[in-house]
Amino acid sequence: MIPELGHFALVLAFVLALVQAVVPLVGAARNNQSMMAVARPAAQGQFLFIVFAYGCLTWAFITSDFSVQLAATNSHSETPLMYKITGVWGNHEGSLLLWAMSLSLWTVAVTVFSRNLPDAFMARVIGVLGFVSLGFIAFMLVTSNPFDRLLPGAPQGRDLNPLLQDPGMIIHPPLLYMGYVGFSVAFAFAIAALLTGRFDAAWARWSRPWTTVAWVFLTAGIAVGSGWAYYELGWGGWWFWDPVENASFIPWLVGTALMHSLAVTEKRGAFRSWTVLLAISAFSLSLLGTFLVRSGVITSVHAFATDPARGMFILALLVIVIGVSLLLYAWRAPKLTGGGSFGLVSRDTTLLGNNVLLAVVAASVLLGTLYPLFLDALNLGKISVGPPYFEAVFVPLMTPVVVLMMFGPFLRWKNDEMGAVVRRLAPAAVVSVLTGVGVAFAIGNPTWRTMLGISLAAWVVLTSFQLLAARLKDRHGGTTSSRLSTIPAAWWGMWLAHFGVGIFIIGVTLVGSIESNLDLRMKEGQQADFAGYTVKFRGVVEADGPNYDAMRATIDLSRDGRAIATLQPEKRVYRAMGMPMTEAALDIGVFRDVYVSLGEQLPEGDWIVSLHYKPFISWIWAGCIFMVLGGILAAADRRYRRLAERSAPAGAAAHAA
Amino acid sequence: MKAKFLVPLFLFLVLVGFLAFGLGLNPREVPSPLIDKPAPAFSLARLDQPEQRFSIDEMRGQVWLLNVWASWCVACRQEHPVLVDLARRNLVPIVGLNYKEVRGDGAIDARGMALEVETAQAISRARGWLKAHGDPYQLSVLDIDGRVGIDFGVYGVPETFLIDRDGRIRYKHIGPVTPDNLQKVLLPKIEELKRAG
Repeated sequence: MIPELGHFALVLAFVLALVQAVVPLVGAARNNQSMMAVARPAAQGQFLFIVFAYGCLTWAFITSDFSVQLAATNSHSETPLMYKITGVWGNHEGSLLLWAMSLSLWTVAVTVFSRNLPDAFMARVIGVLGFVSLGFIAFMLVTSNPFDRLLPGAPQGRDLNPLLQDPGMIIHPPLLYMGYVGFSVAFAFAIAALLTGRFDAAWARWSRPWTTVAWVFLTAGIAVGSGWAYYELGWGGWWFWDPVENASFIPWLVGTALMHSLAVTEKRGAFRSWTVLLAISAFSLSLLGTFLVRSGVITSVHAFATDPARGMFILALLVIVIGVSLLLYAWRAPKLTGGGSFGLVSRDTTLLGNNVLLAVVAASVLLGTLYPLFLDALNLGKISVGPPYFEAVFVPLMTPVVVLMMFGPFLRWKNDEMGAVVRRLAPAAVVSVLTGVGVAFAIGNPTWRTMLGISLAAWVVLTSFQLLAARLKDRHGGTTSSRLSTIPAAWWGMWLAHFGVGIFIIGVTLVGSIESNLDLRMKEGQQADFAGYTVKFRGVVEADGPNYDAMRATIDLSRDGRAIATLQPEKRVYRAMGMPMTEAALDIGVFRDVYVSLGEQLPEGDWIVSLHYKPFISWIWAGCIFMVLGGILAAADRRYRRLAERSAPAGAAAHAA
Repeated sequence: MKAKFLVPLFLFLVLVGFLAFGLGLNPREVPSPLIDKPAPAFSLARLDQPEQRFSIDEMRGQVWLLNVWASWCVACRQEHPVLVDLARRNLVPIVGLNYKEVRGDGAIDARGMALEVETAQAISRARGWLKAHGDPYQLSVLDIDGRVGIDFGVYGVPETFLIDRDGRIRYKHIGPVTPDNLQKVLLPKIEELKRAG
């Protein structure tokens, strides 16, 4: 009964999405207030129904109702409760429902936090979001109904894919989806602006916090996913340029460009048609990412649902949403000329340069991801594009991005003097290069990769502090602490996020340069030396969990006779699927992780033990955390809230002014 | 409408063309490492006569299917009528690999269960299931602990392997075999292999 209620709620959500998509847009075109007023309640009602549907599906999982096909194939009565709940989105249908729910959540957020938008504009934004939602709910109802029954019900479920039974997977998909889907808001703003032909600073200012928040979610989602891959896949890598990772990274690159382009459009009125194109692209690429993952066009570990009929449906959806948007763009964008002019040496130029570079990187990653498909389609054979391609493209393109990134904040808008900036930054540049070369030799890894990476990181860190010092230096009087308190949150956000990039680069560079690993064959009681540590294999015992059988090894890690940690990697076989899994054990530290995973048992009873030494890997996550915090600070800046206050009733607005 | 503003739309449409084509390709056809390699050798107790063992050498000279199944497997029930129908047509012998009949069933706690007890349970469960749903197999063998399944790279039940006269795996089907799969993929491949020798 409950699954049927969920299904029915989904149908009602579909109807409301239809209302939300059509009525406000017609109202806005006819300037009919009562039709425009439908936008908010329709969006909020749709949200309630989707949440209800989602709750019903979760209920089927929690109660192990295996007459629901989805629960029977993705859950098990012995699955721990947490993974019953997260199992809801560990599959095609459920993750679509999560997608639709987060779209609906964003829409409701717009109705709540953007009360200051003009009615007609708001109606258009909500209408556009309604159309997207309509497409996704229709996709579920037609091809991927999460509430399909299995009759007669299965006595037992097949359990959730063991790879997904992990704490990282509890938060990774919701974060990622909130990020992906969050770009829909900037997209809807852009489409609404294209419909009206109104592109002023206000449009960019409205879009900015939404874009930044979506970017924060996406950054966090990608970082968590990367962390999950690091400790769960059992071979210690943290980024594989896997098509599904790329599918989330491409919107991230474009979203980063969009965030910065919006800043220019807001401050200077420039790049308007480019900003609109980025806003359309960021969301389109999120949709494309969904398509790549869900259609199985590209094989990947993640593509657990492969079905051409579904693929055709999403493709049609893509054609409608993206095709219409781009057509609208081609029609309206030529009118978006103007904006302030700027000189070659200016903050505008650095931002434009980086925007273009980020877009090119995104296009290159997309090309690499789809290249095997292109060749296959043209009958030129099956190939796979691996990390060497991506690294060869990524590093040279991102190097100028990182250099320019730190130039920008030192430059004035519109026009600045080359000589002055060069004089200011030359010392930092020289010290950075020397640091890069010095560190590379000091750690005994004098490769161009290490030198470049450390130089770039040093450049970011040094210029970040130089920027902070300059900001605090006497310009308009006052004490340093009073100037500190006048720095807006947005500036701190920018500073912290850029600083985070530097920390991230340190992590990436050093892990790549000086990591080491060793596969050993070990007997009980045997010792081995590895990366300055002593590893003692104390043996293996059975350690079964609720839904898996496991062999657990105990390994002592010590250094110079001093015990450091006891690590217990496991080899599990999840009973329902009979799927073997490697659970690595980590000793995590600020400057290095020691990572141990248990391999096969050899016929004589010895075990293969795989050891990894991962220097500075935590800095990768730390860099991401700084970027996320930076984004949060930027989005929380007071001026966005002032904007909201200004729209409050006239009396309050006058007071605020 | 200026031409340069149509560029994004144009690029997008080209991409769509490729994606639409890509949907027609089957990513699952990406070769499994076992394809065209000799099937891993095994010798396991038969379900019908547990005192006798079966090894794949007995199938040498024949094109045959190895179907991995278990009574607890939901999707096996879905493909079973397809297999029963196929068996009735006498086109190809099907050998069943009964995979972890007892310990694979999440409802049973097989830890600490003696092997003889587990085997006895497996036999009665598997026979009962075949009696209830029909037996398409020339014979079935018991992979109680799943070792043979691991050798074959089984990661989900059901899976079906097509093996040629020389004992090489020529094709692997993951998931339940549908009538459509059977008609369009498996049968043509079987025909081709039969003709080849």
